Amino acid sequence: MSRKFTSIETKHYEERQALFDALPRLGRRDFLKVSAAALAAAAASGVRFHPTSFQPVTVANAATGEPFTFAYVSDSHLYRKDLNERFVRGILRAVDDVNHLDPKPDFILYGGDLAQLGKAEELNLGAQILKAVHQPVRMMVGEHDWFLDMGAKWRELFGEPTYSFDHKGVHFVVLMSVNEKDFWTPRGLTPEQRMGTVAGLDNGIQSRFEVGAEQREWLKNDLDKIPASTPVIVFSHSPLYKYYKNWNFWTEDADEVQAILKKFDHVTVIHGHTHQMLTNRIGNIDFHGLLSTAWPWPYAPEGLPKLTVQMARPDPFDPNDGCGDGSMQVSAAGLVDKIYNLWNRNPIEVTSGYLASNGSKDKPAMPNMQSF
Amino acid sequence: MSERREVIATGRHVGRVVVATMLLGAVVGAVLGWPAGASSAEPAASPAPKSADGGAVSGEEAKAVAEKRRTESEGAAANIGVQKLAKGPHGAMPVAEQIALLDKLQLPTDATIPPGIDPVVWQSLVPKDNEINAARIALGKKLYFDTRLSKDGTLACATCHDVSRSFTDRRPVSEGIADQLGQRNSPTTMNALFFQTQFLDGRVPSLEEQAKLPILNPIEMGQPSAEATLLNIAPDPEYQKMFQAAYGRPVNYEDLARAIASFERTLVFLDAPFDDFVAGDTSAISAKAAQGWILFNGKARCMTCHMLNPSNPLGTDDRFHNIGVSARKQNFEELAAKALKALHAKEGKEGLEAVDRLAIETNLSELGRFLVTKNRSDIGSFKTFQLRNIGITGPYMHDGSMQTLVDVIDHYNRGGEANPFLDGGIEPLALTDTEIENLVEFLQTLTDKRFAAEQRTETARQRAVAAKQRPFRENDLAFRKVLPFESRVMASGAAPGAGFQAGKEGKQ
Repeated sequence: MSRKFTSIETKHYEERQALFDALPRLGRRDFLKVSAAALAAAAASGVRFHPTSFQPVTVANAATGEPFTFAYVSDSHLYRKDLNERFVRGILRAVDDVNHLDPKPDFILYGGDLAQLGKAEELNLGAQILKAVHQPVRMMVGEHDWFLDMGAKWRELFGEPTYSFDHKGVHFVVLMSVNEKDFWTPRGLTPEQRMGTVAGLDNGIQSRFEVGAEQREWLKNDLDKIPASTPVIVFSHSPLYKYYKNWNFWTEDADEVQAILKKFDHVTVIHGHTHQMLTNRIGNIDFHGLLSTAWPWPYAPEGLPKLTVQMARPDPFDPNDGCGDGSMQVSAAGLVDKIYNLWNRNPIEVTSGYLASNGSKDKPAMPNMQSF
Repeated sequence: MSERREVIATGRHVGRVVVATMLLGAVVGAVLGWPAGASSAEPAASPAPKSADGGAVSGEEAKAVAEKRRTESEGAAANIGVQKLAKGPHGAMPVAEQIALLDKLQLPTDATIPPGIDPVVWQSLVPKDNEINAARIALGKKLYFDTRLSKDGTLACATCHDVSRSFTDRRPVSEGIADQLGQRNSPTTMNALFFQTQFLDGRVPSLEEQAKLPILNPIEMGQPSAEATLLNIAPDPEYQKMFQAAYGRPVNYEDLARAIASFERTLVFLDAPFDDFVAGDTSAISAKAAQGWILFNGKARCMTCHMLNPSNPLGTDDRFHNIGVSARKQNFEELAAKALKALHAKEGKEGLEAVDRLAIETNLSELGRFLVTKNRSDIGSFKTFQLRNIGITGPYMHDGSMQTLVDVIDHYNRGGEANPFLDGGIEPLALTDTEIENLVEFLQTLTDKRFAAEQRTETARQRAVAAKQRPFRENDLAFRKVLPFESRVMASGAAPGAGFQAGKEGKQ
């Protein structure tokens, strides 16, 4: 403290320099904190600066929202109760988890595949369990809920599977991404055979999942009114990209859907179906997978996105291992940090900063065992 | 002699298979912070004085809880018969008689690797700064049986880990100074050297660290500090001589703990009829017990956590599981919130001592491993007990709430006690009464041959108890006629949540 006096101008430039020095070291979320702090500091010191001198602040201004959290429960695959009760215990545990989050999440996303074979009793049981969730539940449909009666029971319980809503400055879109081309009529399959086919892996009979032309048109119209600076979060059951075809970890018209989302500054896609820690980034879109409450899938033999923080292969002696639930922290700018709440391991957070830096910064704490 | 030779041979065979697993264990141990020698030369560190305002651990509250426990366990008459023979304080056999008894068990008193243990495995079990030798074992033995380590001179390690009572106290929970009862069952010190962590919540990584805590716990041995403990023994010329001989240093608390650990490393009891059976002597155990062994590895699912094979001779996976025992008594969510508050910002040594007090003195004990990790998934989970000598180390579970092995199997048979954190591997087993008998008979073959007579007594006693009471038998649950989740999910009084939201208007 050799200098007793610093001019306002000097202070201003020092603050600005400190800000810019700090920028390269920050993820976008922290960056917004810093720039807001710098702005406040400058304002408090009575500086009148040119409105464009703090360029990054305009980014912060783009988001009109406030930070919030939402949680998820996904892929519970409930069977008839006398066939399997362990999966019931799984979803019950997840409901307890999200009910005891502190701070409370604004809402809960149910990520699809509530039922295993689309039966009314499976869906009823699931609906009964989800009634105990304290916060509102946003429902998404999965293929296991759908292909027995083509969604009749699910719609009766929960409403239409395709919808959008706005929450604290973020535009949310929920898609029905698991449509299939009609493979059953030509083969004369019963509804049970149709459902059984879709529920299987590695078969050449069913088609790939798709959002479909009709829904893409709806999406285009829905987003038409939304300015490009608005953060958009999309829920889809299957990943909205092409990961592994044989297991339908895949959406056939993913490229077309991504093209519709291209105009936005930032889009986050949250998807179920894959039952594993899964992270991807394509252009302006961040992708986060959800954990299942029923069982973990192994990673597919090829196509794994490179940003994915792999969970080590689950312990077969512990049926809870690799399963779980989790939450998403949405910043004021609409950026998403994903927290995987693995029931048998330490929680892992995958931040937007990690994705934005293409994996070079904000590396999540790696699991102590590598996958193999 | 031939018998012993056979055991050694088995041990050698065991050893080769063991190495990889146990080396892994050693690595894990290193990560967890086994003493690596860096601080070996330091004299006893002085512990921070205990704060009386430890949130949930206030003296008044702890006392009240202990008093309640005492009434409960006396009411249940759960402390078992053997104690009637004992004459010393807290029901233990007087230490002089215990030492005589111990000498009859012919444990190694020098640096010999105990029979049945592979040398490489042995290396991984002994910290570098505490290589085993005769002087250290002798010092540790003296300390283990010395009641001067407790505040009022009534307790030694051997009080709750009593040679005449299978190196435990055969009580539901242990009794400390001024007859105060803690919250936890005293695990046997037999074979404790093989565990990767110590205490039922694994709060310390080694025998050395374990030995330090009960001495300082206010309701166990009750010493206010390490210094106060040393004041009792440091003036004794024999101790001065023995500490010098063992560690080349004056009397200090770290070496005290090291010596006790060295002595405990001689408590190897792995020579059971079962070992002869797996070595090929099919007549070593009864046909019923052999059936039990098949059930153990199959229908009864025991081996999922109680891995019992050449690599895991104790029958424990060294991990922590919620099997629902504490769910019978507690509201986990409320307890967990209380524990987080009580442990807030307590780190390192202070944190460990706080956990120790919560675990021994308060009902937060029921949170188990959660107190150590603060991980939601660890709520209500406790370390898998070893199965060696299980037939003579009842009562069972972390709180001693089960009096017989039949109770234990009844508990597993009904699928544990339903709670949100129940281990995923626990499910109803549909075991018949005959199958339960076979399993119990099998478990009794894991008792070391040196305790064959005690096993016979205890078998008869448990059989009589089980004939009178089976408090955990629930056949409707065991055979899935009743599913625990149904009462919760389908109950009409269940509080409704906020409901569902989807596209009610359909596609726009």
